[in-house]
Amino acid sequence: MLGRTGNGLFWMFRYLERAENTARLLDAGLRMALTRDFATADAEWRSVIATTGHKAAFEQHGGEYNGPQVWNFILRNKDNPANILGTFEQVRTNARMARNAISGEVWEAINESWMQLKDMLSAPVQQNNLGYVVSSIRRAGMQVHGAMAGSMLRDEGFHFARAGTFVERADSIARILDIKYYLLLPSLSYVGSTMDAGQWDNILRSVSGDRAYRFLNAGQIDARGIVEFLVLDDRFPRSLAFCHSALRQNLAALARIHGKEGECNVLMRDADTRISGMTIDDIFEKGLHQFLLEFSHSNSAIAAAIAEDYRFIA
Amino acid sequence: MHTADGSVRPAYEGYCDWQNGQDQSYLRRKHNEAESNFRKTGITFNVYGEDAAEERLIPFDMVPRVIGAGEWRKLSRGIEQRVSALNAFLYDLYHRQEIIRSGRIPERLFRNNAAWLHQMVGFKPPGGVYTHIVGIDLVRTGPDEWFVLEDNARTPSGVSYMLENRETMMAMFPELFSKVEVEAVSDYPRRLAQSLAACAPPATKGRPNVAVLTPGIYNSAYFEHSFLADQMGAYLVEGSDLRVVDGRVQMRTTRGYKPVDVIYRRVDDDYLDPLTFNPDSALGIPGIMDVYRAGGVTIANAPGTGVCDDKAVYSFMPEIVEFYTGEKPLLPNVQTWRCSDPDSLGYVLDNLEELVVKEVHGSGGYGMLIGPTASKKEIAEFRKKLTNNPTNYIAQPTLALSTCPIFTKSGLAPRHVDLRPYVLVSPNGVDITPGGLTRVALKKGSLVVNSSQGGGTKDTWVLKD
Repeated sequence: MLGRTGNGLFWMFRYLERAENTARLLDAGLRMALTRDFATADAEWRSVIATTGHKAAFEQHGGEYNGPQVWNFILRNKDNPANILGTFEQVRTNARMARNAISGEVWEAINESWMQLKDMLSAPVQQNNLGYVVSSIRRAGMQVHGAMAGSMLRDEGFHFARAGTFVERADSIARILDIKYYLLLPSLSYVGSTMDAGQWDNILRSVSGDRAYRFLNAGQIDARGIVEFLVLDDRFPRSLAFCHSALRQNLAALARIHGKEGECNVLMRDADTRISGMTIDDIFEKGLHQFLLEFSHSNSAIAAAIAEDYRFIA
Repeated sequence: MHTADGSVRPAYEGYCDWQNGQDQSYLRRKHNEAESNFRKTGITFNVYGEDAAEERLIPFDMVPRVIGAGEWRKLSRGIEQRVSALNAFLYDLYHRQEIIRSGRIPERLFRNNAAWLHQMVGFKPPGGVYTHIVGIDLVRTGPDEWFVLEDNARTPSGVSYMLENRETMMAMFPELFSKVEVEAVSDYPRRLAQSLAACAPPATKGRPNVAVLTPGIYNSAYFEHSFLADQMGAYLVEGSDLRVVDGRVQMRTTRGYKPVDVIYRRVDDDYLDPLTFNPDSALGIPGIMDVYRAGGVTIANAPGTGVCDDKAVYSFMPEIVEFYTGEKPLLPNVQTWRCSDPDSLGYVLDNLEELVVKEVHGSGGYGMLIGPTASKKEIAEFRKKLTNNPTNYIAQPTLALSTCPIFTKSGLAPRHVDLRPYVLVSPNGVDITPGGLTRVALKKGSLVVNSSQGGGTKDTWVLKD
């Protein structure tokens, strides 16, 4: 496989994951805003923008913290470097570049979703349509993953695609946790206390983990439990532990296919040793922020090593 | 579809039978279905000068064009003769130039030709093949009366539409294909791969590695490049994926560099090698021409092949065919006036309203004048261009082009068509896929069929005997 094609597959799935995660966040934000008093709803939208990591761009663009401005900024505004339409366009561009390495089903799932999205986002989205738009984006992601599972050759391309997915997912979960944690806990003395249950609910919803978490915890919501769930529970497909484990498998498969290990496998092992056996108490003792920071660094170092090991770029 | 007296032409009998039994609204629904299918699968072309993301569909018409088996046999013989002559001509031009010594064609024909490459002089490409993939544009003016309109020996495009048009027709009207026996075209990519592999260079070890070289996703024909690579099981590469390592052209794979033996390039000569041609090109591979000349890689089509696409050369094709085959051309040219010749220029200037005037190096329907539909102003402008630079133009009569019915909102209506069959050349011979791409002018009365000018395409059937 060409290095450029490997790169295309890796980034195609990173962007896909990014678009989907952002849509999930928006979905959670909408729900929160609707279950609040009008007076506090703006705060929810403020926190949604903060979580996307594009607060500066939003304020520079002159955005006000109300629903329509926030969701249109996130969905389609060109001043937002990570707007969902643009991100999805990147998915498609990368898919076009790597078209010879994906099945017709995967391509069509992407192309059709892109056409639909372009159409839906050709004008500002009204409130009565937001839910539909958001669920379409989530469904697009599901369709592509489904098409991939059912039709792609399990060669290196498949593992580059999956590696892209889990690198991005881990990155986004770590970012959401980091930002939310500090938004929700104004002082460290609050650690472990029962905080704003609605906001924590928001976090869970944004990763589609609300149902699973409630089931496991008999409906009790608390900060510590949620952090433990999203960081350490390797049964949940959107936890850091799960992403790590999936990434480890993909990198091992790549090493097997290529007949040798690269720097990315070494870094992956280092990351595993640092994290393995860690409990939620260890994490809080270290400091959640510090932990997440290190996690993100190690995650991006692995991504860079993949690109280097497999000659993604000249 | 019909002869002059209104009866159905024999080739169309099977189709007409079927069509007469169909409900109009059913056909209309199918028409929309076809369009959404093309869009879904991304069978589009990019339009230059517009937003980079602007991708258009080439309009598809679902009434097939049908050619009888006997008529196709005659056509094929003519095409084969012409393509063999083209290759012999190219070899001669870059070697002894017998045809010029013999006085059959003037020397200025290649001296003035921008596609002429002195770097190719004295070099014989692997297998002796210059133009591996040829598209011959034909028009039919009467029963069994075909003319060649243009030779595309450089980089004929559109073959993906030939293949996708057939796929679409079979998906929409399976019942039609069980009624009418049509020669398959789906074999083309396999034959292309085989034909390219047969031209592998001396340095090849084992099974030749074939790659399609594309300028990238913003190129107007990117869909076709990726489609062909996909169908051939070949690599789809860009210039940045390739470099010269250890005297071979190699591609950067996830396992390191790996030699490429045959490159089906869809990049123009000028951009192929910044060390030899345009130094600003980022699309090419520095040093590829040296490797080529040393027998380390095959470039298809060979650099310098574009000499044949020149419309002034076209005007000499009857002489060229005769010179190299010793036979009369089976497929005549359309009558052509070379404006470089003062008498012809005089005639052309006097009859601009009736003629089609083309730039000798032009393509894609750009820079031409269609006399009968042009405004007074356009004609006056062209008159000036012709007088200032007559050697840059040729002129042809607007032939009584045959028409084919297309599907319109108000039923079937006739439109002008041409036909581009695709021809493969290898040391093993000439291989013509039965059918080709029929391009159709969608505007009533229009003679322009180019997709860049709003033309459409339709499936082309060659009937089995």
